[in-house]
Amino acid sequence: MKICVLIKQVPDTDSVIKISNDQKSIEMEGITLATNESDSYALEEALLLKEDQGGEVTVLSLGGESCQQVLKDALAKGADKAIHLDDDDYKDLDILSAAKVMVNVLKDKEFDIIFSGLQSDDIGNAQLGLIMAELLDTSHASLVMGTEILDEKTIKVKQELEGGWFQWSELDLPASITIQSGLNKPRYASLRGIMMMKRKPLESIKVSELNLENTSSKSFVHKLYIPQKTKETVFIQGSADQVVDGLIEKLTNEIKVL
Amino acid sequence: MKIYTFLQQNDGKPNRNSLEALAAAQQLAEQTGGSVSAIVFGSNIETITDYDLAEIIQLQNVELENFNPLAYVSAFENLINAENPDMVVFGHTYETRDWVPRLSARLDIPFLTDCIGFKNEDEFVFTRQINQGKINSDVKTTGLTIISIQSGAFRLDSLKSGSASTREFTVDLSGISQSIRKGEKFQEAKGSVDLSRAEVIIAVGRGIGKEENMDVIKELAKALNAEIGSSRPVVDYGWLPHEHQVGSSGQTVSPKLYFAIGISGAIQHQVGMKSSDNIIALNKDENAPIFEIADFGVVADLFEIIPKLTEKINSLS
Ligand SMILES: Cc1cc2nc3c(=O)[nH]c(=O)nc-3n(C[C@H](O)[C@H](O)[C@H](O)COP(=O)(O)OP(=O)(O)OC[C@H]3O[C@@H](n4cnc5c(N)ncnc54)[C@H](O)[C@@H]3O)c2cc1C
Ligand SMILES: Nc1ncnc2c1ncn2[C@@H]1O[C@H](COP(=O)(O)O)[C@@H](O)[C@H]1O
Repeated sequence: MKICVLIKQVPDTDSVIKISNDQKSIEMEGITLATNESDSYALEEALLLKEDQGGEVTVLSLGGESCQQVLKDALAKGADKAIHLDDDDYKDLDILSAAKVMVNVLKDKEFDIIFSGLQSDDIGNAQLGLIMAELLDTSHASLVMGTEILDEKTIKVKQELEGGWFQWSELDLPASITIQSGLNKPRYASLRGIMMMKRKPLESIKVSELNLENTSSKSFVHKLYIPQKTKETVFIQGSADQVVDGLIEKLTNEIKVL
Repeated sequence: MKIYTFLQQNDGKPNRNSLEALAAAQQLAEQTGGSVSAIVFGSNIETITDYDLAEIIQLQNVELENFNPLAYVSAFENLINAENPDMVVFGHTYETRDWVPRLSARLDIPFLTDCIGFKNEDEFVFTRQINQGKINSDVKTTGLTIISIQSGAFRLDSLKSGSASTREFTVDLSGISQSIRKGEKFQEAKGSVDLSRAEVIIAVGRGIGKEENMDVIKELAKALNAEIGSSRPVVDYGWLPHEHQVGSSGQTVSPKLYFAIGISGAIQHQVGMKSSDNIIALNKDENAPIFEIADFGVVADLFEIIPKLTEKINSLS
């Protein structure tokens, strides 16, 4: 089984996000970067499949130099190879263009499965896995919560639907599958894994050196801003003791649950 | 501007989020002096003939009777190529997630997902939320564009009624690939916790940090005689069973008090709890989106407040 996992580096969900002066991007200084949450689950699913079926896991990330870190983490956990698509001269690709760039390096590699997260925690397009399926002419499934290989040509996936419903689907391979969080328990890298990582191939390719056609973005960020609050939240302020007293007062007199 | 909007049907009825998207399309048409056509798959259209629409375009084909992403993409590809709309609007439903990105790639046109609005200031832009609702992003596009509308962003009571004629559009889907085969839908066995009946819910999010800290929440819940709810990550990590999860893929609740602790308030969480009578939010980040819907807010470290609060409540009784 040849598996590829697409991994994006994003600001940690705990980060306090500030907008740059140009109002078009996020201030990256002081931000902790991490692996996109659903991508960690996607990687784990790929590693489990490899352990079960044999094969190889390649991880790919498109971004600046810093995203080599998420690739190294993946190699330390057990991925076999990594590809870094360095977009330094090609920032702000929209998701359709980003997919075309990735397809350019993946199209001849004949993966059986491409795993990605269901949605990036920063931009949240919720699209890349399906765009890859279309451009590579494979089957697809989104929001997957379980996988089972049926035979060399078929995979069964459990998809999450709205309102607590699920659905099993069968997909012909190759397939592009987007993973929803919670379907497995992502592993930690072992000490041995971290040692091994240093000997695994990490290839870095500059996007500007690829032979690209038709990759110019068709959507553009016009302006970023902090959302205006519409609700008048009453903030309870002061020292910890004052806040506790304030809460007790609300619970007793206004909400009446004490 | 010629606007097409897709009305997803579920069990013979238009999906609520799709109708909200229709409301968005009507407002978009009003602002741009355009017209709205509704696209429907299947025979059942009585439910939508009362809206203010240029027309209803009906596609009837066996391949479209049940959700089939590849057939849906091809049907829409045919329609759009034949009729050249300027804008196509969807509700941001789970089905939309499972086929519309593919349509966007097939037609090589941009798709802006989960939009909450649009405006025409210095330029015409669509507004999306990024970084889990912490930032709004105004986006512009060129040419034919697909957008999807976030659930709850437009109100059903703003839908304009009227009448509409119906036109059939025929598509040949005989050669459609069968590489994606959808099976039966099912629900998992219900757990023992029914949060929908709870009067007070103490809800815990990733801010709790680690499993060992969960006692801080459990003790407060005990003191207030409350049920415990949670955001998705807490369940994903295995710190609580799934039946405690509140949100679009968990339970929908409306207790007298929903006390959200260390929860950022992503849209998928909000849809499950925003109709609670009273919402208290405690978060160390003053810009957390949860404060957008909270009646009472505390900006603080939960570990400095919650144990003290529990102690004080216990000392009262
Ligand atoms: C299709 C889909 C379905 C989903 N369904 C659901 C669903 O049903 N329910 C759901 O909840 N989510 C759901 N999600 C996930 C959702 O998008 C968010 O990722 C999730 O709700 C975030 O959970 P959180 O607020 O606990 O974590 P985070 O967003 O990480 O927020 C943690 C918060 O804790 C605060 N914090 C940290 N430490 C402290 C401290 N010491 N004291 C006080 N505050 C602190 C931080 O400031 C932060 O705001 C879904 C997502 C998708 C894409
Ligand atoms: N720049 C990137 N590099 C690698 N993978 C990406 C990148 N952008 C998106 N992805 C993958 O696509 C998924 C969905 O992203 P999005 O469509 O932006 O919501 C993510 O969870 C990743 O798995």
